[in-house]
This record gives sequence, structure tokens and C-alpha cells, in this order.
Amino acid sequence: MPTGAFATLLYKEALRFWKVGFQTVAAPVLTSLLYLLIFSHALAAHVRVYDSVSYTSFLVPGLIMMSLLQNAFANTSSSLIQSKVTGNIIFVLLPPLSYREFFAAYVLAAMLRGLMVGLGVWLGTLWFVELNYAHPLWIVSFALLGGAILAALGVIAGIWADKFDQLAGFQNFIIMPLTFLSGVFYSIHSLPAFWQGVSHVNPVFYMIDGFRFGFFGLSDVSPWISLAIVGSCFILLSTLTLLMLARGYKLRG
Amino acid sequence: MTPAIRVQQVTKRYGALQALGGVDLEVARGEFFGLLGPNGAGKTTLISALAGLVRASSGRLEVMGHDVVADYRAARRGLGVVPQELVFDPFFTVRETLDLQSGYFGIRDNGGWIDEILDELDLTAKANVNMRALSGGMKRRVLVAQALVHRPPVIVLDEPTAGVDVELRQGLWQFVRRLNRDGHTIVLTTHYLEEAESLCGRIAMLKAGRVVALDTTANLLARSSAHALRLRLGAGSVLPDELAPRVLSSEGGSLSLRFDRFDEIGAMLDRLRAAGVAIDDMEIGKPDLEQVFVDVMRTA
Ligand SMILES: Nc1ncnc2c1ncn2[C@@H]1O[C@H](COP(=O)(O)OP(=O)(O)OP(=O)(O)O)[C@@H](O)[C@H]1O
Ligand SMILES: [Mg+2]
Repeated sequence: MPTGAFATLLYKEALRFWKVGFQTVAAPVLTSLLYLLIFSHALAAHVRVYDSVSYTSFLVPGLIMMSLLQNAFANTSSSLIQSKVTGNIIFVLLPPLSYREFFAAYVLAAMLRGLMVGLGVWLGTLWFVELNYAHPLWIVSFALLGGAILAALGVIAGIWADKFDQLAGFQNFIIMPLTFLSGVFYSIHSLPAFWQGVSHVNPVFYMIDGFRFGFFGLSDVSPWISLAIVGSCFILLSTLTLLMLARGYKLRG
Repeated sequence: MTPAIRVQQVTKRYGALQALGGVDLEVARGEFFGLLGPNGAGKTTLISALAGLVRASSGRLEVMGHDVVADYRAARRGLGVVPQELVFDPFFTVRETLDLQSGYFGIRDNGGWIDEILDELDLTAKANVNMRALSGGMKRRVLVAQALVHRPPVIVLDEPTAGVDVELRQGLWQFVRRLNRDGHTIVLTTHYLEEAESLCGRIAMLKAGRVVALDTTANLLARSSAHALRLRLGAGSVLPDELAPRVLSSEGGSLSLRFDRFDEIGAMLDRLRAAGVAIDDMEIGKPDLEQVFVDVMRTA
């Protein structure tokens, strides 16, 4: 057992998903590998990405990032809504935890799950897909920032939603479109101008593009621009989440 | 010395509903205090405000001299709450639940105290069982245990005996009495008024978010409709009219007549004899808190 309120909450949140790791880590890894299998076979001949990169290789970083993001979001949002609906949220509201500790513990545990899933996808593809690691620091930066952003968004969604179907709506109508329409499966340059424009207002596009730059040294936009946008998103969402928590929005009636 | 609990002019609105309408209350250290009131009176709301689970709309609350908003860390460390709702985290076992709760309060190596609580609450055999696999009463006991892991000086129990079997109820009260003897301040809400009467030194009665009675249990019992003479009248007997104002209740052939001093009984019996009333059975009852409660709620 760790010591300190913050460390305990972090540990509890990690233990919570780890205890059902088959569903929370193994299953999403498998799903991503299936995507890879199907898309690389079905589309390899049709989609042109970068000249020097095979479609399958191109696909892998996108899938890693997508699964990382979705699982970071899923962890905070599902943990919070479950605790709210069952009422056991009071166990973490009664102790002397500050809202900052609360935020940090939930977000870090969700990042951990996202990173574990991402790592799992990477390991699963290692033996049959050739990857470069042109700029490892970019890889790590975008993985951490992306995970933190979606984890914070999950905190917001989990606190905002009163019922599971509201959360499912958030997931299906916001998170899924944002992650799918972000250039995971294609380079946005292959899209018509209109959809390129749409992609450019999707922050997830920059997470994936920047992350992919770390592998191939190639990207649709400059990684610095992506970093600036993703970094701003992180600051914005964290601030919003912290404000919600500080005011006790929906948690402390 | 600052009181264990201080509640000053606390109001709480839920939209148009005024759940608390200006509550003032002080509970001294070491007291065993009862918070009574009908459903919806605001008991849980007041406790939640004290615990920081809801924000009071106005007024201030303190635990052991610490403001529950400005100095929330100290206030929460001083308070253990057994919630009314039967909540649990299905991911964990009983011991994990208690270890985690200790950790949230920054306590490490709490195993000795946890073992002691488990033993007192008869949960030792269930220590490594998942929370899901416990009966309702056992889950309630774990909630009691959770409230105690950080040895809070002030313990608030919101209807802890709802759905708990007789044996455990008595065991629980024994344990809570011991905690009280050891110096813990206890605040209890319950709808079992005999429990409150036998346990609490002082009682506040809440109605529609306001304190309508606040006194020692002894004074409350003394102030209200005194004693009752319970009679079962013989077949065909009718109560003389002059005794009618004394009737507290009448069910079937049994009547409860109030009196304030014992020397009134003689005169009452004389009246009955003069009217030719046959008495099959007679019993003198002490005033009980239930009667006081009913009176207070009716007149408030
Ligand atoms: N979250 C909430 N939103 C709206 N109204 C609420 C909320 N919580 C409580 N209330 C209302 O506030 C009033 C007081 O409720 P509270 O739970 O404090 O009563 P109580 O005295 O604990 O009752 P009981 O004996 O049934 O537990 C009730 O009218 C209740 O409907
Ligand atoms: Mg209540």
C-alpha cells in the first residue's frame, strides 16, 4: 500500500482497472490488432500515404494513439460515473483530499491505462510491422499529452453525466468521431479539401500527426504546430476540469 | 474548548425546496447526541453539509473548531461518517476497502486498528471477501468500519441500524457506547426512538429543516405529556366524560390516560369507580420518547 491520500487514490484507480485487466487492457489491444489486420489487408493497395512508409507501418502509430486516447478517456469517465451512480464516490469525497490531488490521481491512473494499452498494441505489432523511431522524445511527449487530455475530458464527462447513457452519448458522438476522423487510417492529404479543413479543427488530428512524426519524421503539419495546439488543449481542459472540481460541480451538491 | 460540532445559521436550498431553514446547533465534545426527525426533515442534508458532501447555501459549520470549507482538511480528519445509503465499491474486498480508506486519510500500517474494528464488528471472517458477496447488514458494518479507520474524534451515524439484525444492533451499540466512553463524540440519527432514548444524552428534533426541540433527553421526557395510566375496561364499560380530556390514545378496549403527578391517580380511579366502570387490567407507563416526538411534531 502506498502512503498519502493522493498516492492511495492513484493506486486505487490503477488497481480498479488492473483487476479487470482482461477487459480494460487486453481487450482493447486485441481490438486494435484486429483493426490493423483488417485495414492493412483491405486498404494497403488503395490508400497512398507517405512514399517511404508502407501503409501498414503508417497505420500502427495511429492505432496505438487511438487506443491510448480512447482508453484514457474510458478510465476516468467510467470510474467516475460508476462511483456516482453507485454512491461510493463519497469514499473519496469524505477524506481530506484536495481537488488538485483528486484531479491528478484520476488523470494519472487513466494515462497509465492508456499507455499500457498503447504499449500492448505496439508490442503486438512489433513482430510483423517494420517501424522507425526517428524522434522518440516526440513519441513520448504526444503520448503523455494526448493521454492526459483525454483523461481530463473523461473526468469532465464522468462528472457531467448523471446516467450511463449520457456518458455513452458523449463517447459515441464526441470521442469516437474525434478519434476516427483524425487521420488514423489515412493521411489527410488524401482527403478532399473540405474534409482536410474539418480535420484541421480536430485536436486529435494533431495528437496523431505529432505522434506519427516521432516515428517516421514525416507529418501532415509541423510537429511544433501540433505540439502548440495539443499543449494548449491540455492547459485549457485541465483548467476547465480543475475549475469544475474546485466548485464541486455535481460532486458536492 | 471548542465544541465538537458547531452549526450556525445553516440553510440549504435545493431549487425551490428549503431543505434546511437556518439551523443552529452545538454538540459538546464527548456528547452522545441524537438528531431526530421525520423523513425529509433534513437530517442527512445537515450531516452532508458537515461532511462537505453538500455546500450549505448560507451559514457556517465547524468540526472540532475547524471550518468545513475553509479548513476542510482538518475538519474532515476530525469526522467519521456512516452514510445512510448502503454504498460500497464492488471492485474490492473488505480489507482492501479499509486499507484504501486509511490511505485516503494518510495513514499507513493501519492493520492493527483495522483488525480490531473488524473484530468488534464481527467481520473478521469476511475480511478477504469481496464487498459484493456480503449481506446487507454486513455491508452496513463495513460502512461503520470505514468511518472509524482514521479514529475520528467525532463520529456521525446516519441511521446505522436500518436493516441490521437484533444481535448486531446490540453489538453495534455496545461498541459505539465504548467509543463514546473513550472520548469520541457521537451523533446519531435513527427512527427507532427507543434506541435514541436509551443512548443519547441530548437530542435535537428537526422538522422541515428547522430545529423544533433541543434539550437533554431527560428534560424532553419530563417536559412532555407526562405519564400514562393504561387501562383495559370491562365489557360494556364506558369512560366517564370528565376523564375524556386525559385520553392519550384508545385502541380496542385499551385506553391511555395522561396524568402529571402520581397523586392524581387516586382521584381518577375514584371517578371510574363512581361511574361503575369495571377495570380488567391496569398498568402505569412512563413517558417515552416516541410520545414526546409525536407531541413535538404535532405542535411545532
Ligand atoms: N440532492 C437533492 N436534490 C434535491 N432535493 C434534495 C436532495 N437531497 C435531499 N433533498 C430534499 O431535502 C429534504 C431533506 O432531505 P434529507 O435527506 O436531509 O432528509 P432526512 O431527514 O435525512 O430524511 P430520512 O429520515 O428519510 O433520511 C427532502 O425534502 C429531500 O427531498
Ligand atoms: Mg436521511
